[in-house]
Amino acid sequence: MTLTQTDVDREMALRRAAYEKALAAGAAPVHHPARDYPPYRSSALRHPKRPPVSVAVRYDPEAVELTSPAFGATDVTELDNDLTRQHPGEPLGERITVSGRLLDRAGRPVRGQLIEIWQANASGRYAHRHDRHPAPLDPHFTGVGRTLTGDDGGYTFTTVKPGPYPWRNHTNAWRPAHIHFSLFGTAFTQRLVTQMYFPGDPLLAHDPVLQSVTDAAARRRLVAAYDHALSRPEQSLGHRWDIVLDGPAATWTGETR
Amino acid sequence: MTSSVLPTPAHTIGPFHGHALPFPGGGDVAPEGHPDAITVHGQVLDGAGAPVPDALLEFWGPGPDGEPPRATGALRRDPATGGFLGRDGIRFTGFGRVPADADGRWAVRTLRPGARGRGAPYLGVCVFARGLTHHLFTRVYLPEPTARLAADPLLTSLAPERRATLVADAEPRGTYRFDIHLQGAAETTFLEFT
Ligand SMILES: [Fe+2]
Repeated sequence: MTLTQTDVDREMALRRAAYEKALAAGAAPVHHPARDYPPYRSSALRHPKRPPVSVAVRYDPEAVELTSPAFGATDVTELDNDLTRQHPGEPLGERITVSGRLLDRAGRPVRGQLIEIWQANASGRYAHRHDRHPAPLDPHFTGVGRTLTGDDGGYTFTTVKPGPYPWRNHTNAWRPAHIHFSLFGTAFTQRLVTQMYFPGDPLLAHDPVLQSVTDAAARRRLVAAYDHALSRPEQSLGHRWDIVLDGPAATWTGETR
Repeated sequence: MTSSVLPTPAHTIGPFHGHALPFPGGGDVAPEGHPDAITVHGQVLDGAGAPVPDALLEFWGPGPDGEPPRATGALRRDPATGGFLGRDGIRFTGFGRVPADADGRWAVRTLRPGARGRGAPYLGVCVFARGLTHHLFTRVYLPEPTARLAADPLLTSLAPERRATLVADAEPRGTYRFDIHLQGAAETTFLEFT
């Protein structure tokens, strides 16, 4: 049996409704996706069935995961945060600037840490050999960037807006345009890999990867905001996206969850 | 003080990270010729026992003295070519990143981690893969010294069969085997830090 978008939409709506009902009955909000999310079919054989074992760091202050790998000036070059300047020619597509701050759960800036991004080109094709989507590759676009956060946790990338692309989760499945982000915090516990989306994309409602986050407010936190103040005259359109890392750190003074 | 800022949700790493995240020398964490180098290797397997070829693993461990390294330079970039210079062979950053191969196999060569606190020595691990909506943390404990293992707060809190999934098997010449089962009877014990 081939799953259609209608089947998947129905399944996602049921899971959202079940979550909303639990929330209304007093359950705590869940900010992260369930690891078992059947509408995203690849999760079926790849999620652990046993719950994770809690390591309470206040009882284990020596856990090495409370510290983080360090990155520095040698690990990025000055051009790494401009994905439009990595080749002799200009890439095709709408130029964008993506800028924001990297914070921890207490709202403190994460300074001098590594942010990596990767994305499809403007046509929705990755520069990866396994991507068989018959959209054109762009010889002037690899779609990989890096930067270190500033003293205020700030980061900026210049790139082109990635195109949406088809995938084989179900018949006629399309991923909304997105940029993959990889982030380090002040502790290895805060490691995060996620995806940033663009406002107003009609595919957001139909995407099992985004909808695996059943909390509506949490889903909104994955969507960047258009910010005209970040747009550069004659150059690029600006998007603001702040990122908040979860997980305890050595200096953690936060809530008990 | 209570934290007030809500976290950004995690997402799967997807299938197309192999040209973006791995870097040359990502698994060669130990400085060249170091006498305390060990090799840890294994396979990532799904709930049907099939290899997971698009997994990405990261390792973070202390040096032999138990101290977390502060050195940078794990993925030195080459400003001239836009490529990578590789590690300098001298500094120990403690950070390794290795993609699983087409068979789901991986290997990392690092320094034997030292013990910290009451615990037994281990390497921290973070597992990413397509189909994994949220990364998984686990630990590779070395099988010795046994007195340390017997006193480790995490290991002693687990049933024997769950504890066994966290302890690597010793092989000759400083090599250890550690398979990662995402699901199933031999499912690896995964961790959540709170
Ligand atoms: Fe993608």
